[in-house]
Amino acid sequence: MADERPAEERISVASNWKLMWWRFRKHRLAVVSALVLIGLYAVVLCPDFFSTQDPEATDARLAFIPVQRVRLFDGWSLRPWVPGIVGKRNTTTLRMEWRLDEGRRVPVRFFVTGHPYRLLGVVPLRLHLLGTAPDAGTSIHLLGTDRLGRDQWSRLTHGTRTSMTIGLTAVVLSVVFGIVLGGISGYVGGMPDLVIQRVIELLQSLPTIPIWLALTAALPRDWSPQQVFFAITVILSLVGWTTLGREVRGRFLALREEDYVLAADLAGASRWRIIGRHMVPNFLSHIIATSTLAIPAMIINETSLSFLGLGIRPPAISWGVLLQEAQNIQSLALAPWLLIPGVVVILSVLAFNLVGDGLRDAADPYGS
Amino acid sequence: MTRVVLKRLLLLPLLMLLFSITVFAIMQAPPGDFLTTYVATLASSGSSITAEQVAALRREYGLDQPIWVQYLKWMQNLVTGNLGLSLEYQRPNVELIGERLALTVVLALMAFIVTWVVAIPAGIYSATHPGSPLDYVFTVLNYVGVATPNFMLALVLMWMAFAYFGMSITGLFSPEYVEAPWSFGRVGNLLAHIWLPAVVLGVAGTARLTRVMRANLLDELHKPYVTTARAKGLSEWRLVLRYPARLALNPLISTIGWYLPALFSGSLIVATVMNLPNIGPLLLRALINQDMYLAGAILLIYSFLTVLGTLISDVLLAWLDPRIRLEDG
Repeated sequence: MADERPAEERISVASNWKLMWWRFRKHRLAVVSALVLIGLYAVVLCPDFFSTQDPEATDARLAFIPVQRVRLFDGWSLRPWVPGIVGKRNTTTLRMEWRLDEGRRVPVRFFVTGHPYRLLGVVPLRLHLLGTAPDAGTSIHLLGTDRLGRDQWSRLTHGTRTSMTIGLTAVVLSVVFGIVLGGISGYVGGMPDLVIQRVIELLQSLPTIPIWLALTAALPRDWSPQQVFFAITVILSLVGWTTLGREVRGRFLALREEDYVLAADLAGASRWRIIGRHMVPNFLSHIIATSTLAIPAMIINETSLSFLGLGIRPPAISWGVLLQEAQNIQSLALAPWLLIPGVVVILSVLAFNLVGDGLRDAADPYGS
Repeated sequence: MTRVVLKRLLLLPLLMLLFSITVFAIMQAPPGDFLTTYVATLASSGSSITAEQVAALRREYGLDQPIWVQYLKWMQNLVTGNLGLSLEYQRPNVELIGERLALTVVLALMAFIVTWVVAIPAGIYSATHPGSPLDYVFTVLNYVGVATPNFMLALVLMWMAFAYFGMSITGLFSPEYVEAPWSFGRVGNLLAHIWLPAVVLGVAGTARLTRVMRANLLDELHKPYVTTARAKGLSEWRLVLRYPARLALNPLISTIGWYLPALFSGSLIVATVMNLPNIGPLLLRALINQDMYLAGAILLIYSFLTVLGTLISDVLLAWLDPRIRLEDG
């Protein structure tokens, strides 16, 4: 429904969120990055739909297959295909050596049936976005395979789910801690403020990476992947909340003196109503921008911890776990495509940073 | 000024005491202790150990006493400069950590120098030539630099050096110098190797610093005093370096407070990937094997370095910015 009113009038009556959206829209890079993130979170929701194979299926005979790059056109018609692969065992090293056979074209089909899975953990399905025709008699490996012959593309979709979720949950936890503790600190003041401030200082002067390593190393070995996952989000947000807590405290201190807070107080509003209804909405947009910028740091931290073998542990898959395969120079020289998950890490962190910058500028009411 | 420093120095022991409690609590957190891990390792390699032997070892290491007794004993040793015995290596921890600690600090300082030497000129150029092609190149590099995890950069460099030049760029010394005593040749060899890990470690910081420098300088360049100086006929070079660049640098000093500590922690990951003889890999091994006194000692050293980094930046800031001196002094 098009708004018939003149532009100026629309601006003067627009809500804060609408103004923010208008300003955000002007950042083209931020909008593109937001689309990238939406795409990644679509994979997070249902990695199996996007994968071509079971991410756990191992087949030593299919180890270290190189990337089969997708070609879109078959002659002049739009029919995507990948080159077939031919394996030959090297007689001296006894290793399988793969060669792409451009002559043999394996067509890539959309919406094919493949290995069974449960959509969102409930609905049993066999539908996949990409795959080969059932009669093709061969499997495709869009991003190659690792040393156990597991399909990297499919593993990457599952790694995306873990890593992107960890980043998001850790930041959500940090925001909750930050708002509650920073709020108490700023609004109540006095003794609680003093204690919380000292705790923040102590936490901030801890060497982050070594302490995280020590904490994750302390997690019992027999914990389930879900427990480890949750523990790691808690560990990451243990330090993450402090920056936000400080910021929230500062805002509370400034807002406490505002007339409308006094007015609400005199009108008999309860303390929680004043905080929840009048103060928090005032700096919520700012918090959202700050926390968007905090997500990429969490993702890098998780990836680094898992890469060192102390974060998410196999059989769970995360970007860091995938990059563990690329840890030594021998396997890198043999299979450089094992670095591809790293490219995805960089891409997602870049997208988060750009969106965060865009949001921050948009949330600033005094910006141009 | 002296009072600020003194106050901070007096706080240091208290902070270290708090850290020691935190670190000890973390070291005690894993289920079981070094001996359970040790027994498990022995069992997996086929040999075994009797229950009496385990009990004897446990008594020997004091692992059978209540936690607070263990903590007090540990503290007592720490105060006398005894970092304890590594349960795994059966060597004093001081010996194990000694040389590696120096390399950790040198690596972090090198990364720090690289960061400032690159970021400040790049930031000044970007701010004085906004919208130029090189400014765009710097901006793109900055975004990518911040987005790339350290270990990823190290991996890519290692792979490229190996694949295209057939070189291995791990380690800090050439083979002939690894076990050699310190000499001029060894120092030269170290300098020839250390710049690459230092660059890897410093990339993210460089990217951030360039951005801050550019923004700060851009703010300064629009101020009236710059126009005045320009109207008086000062050459562009001198004009920018003389006043605005110096003012733009000031806020950067406060970043040292978090940047130096971040370098100390960050060097752990780079060192592990590039196989540097640093305290990072030692800590990783100690954590996995539950060599708790070694891990505890290293964690405390990291904490100490972190606090020291913050202290240095506070002193620098108080020294450079008179307003802060007035507030606290």
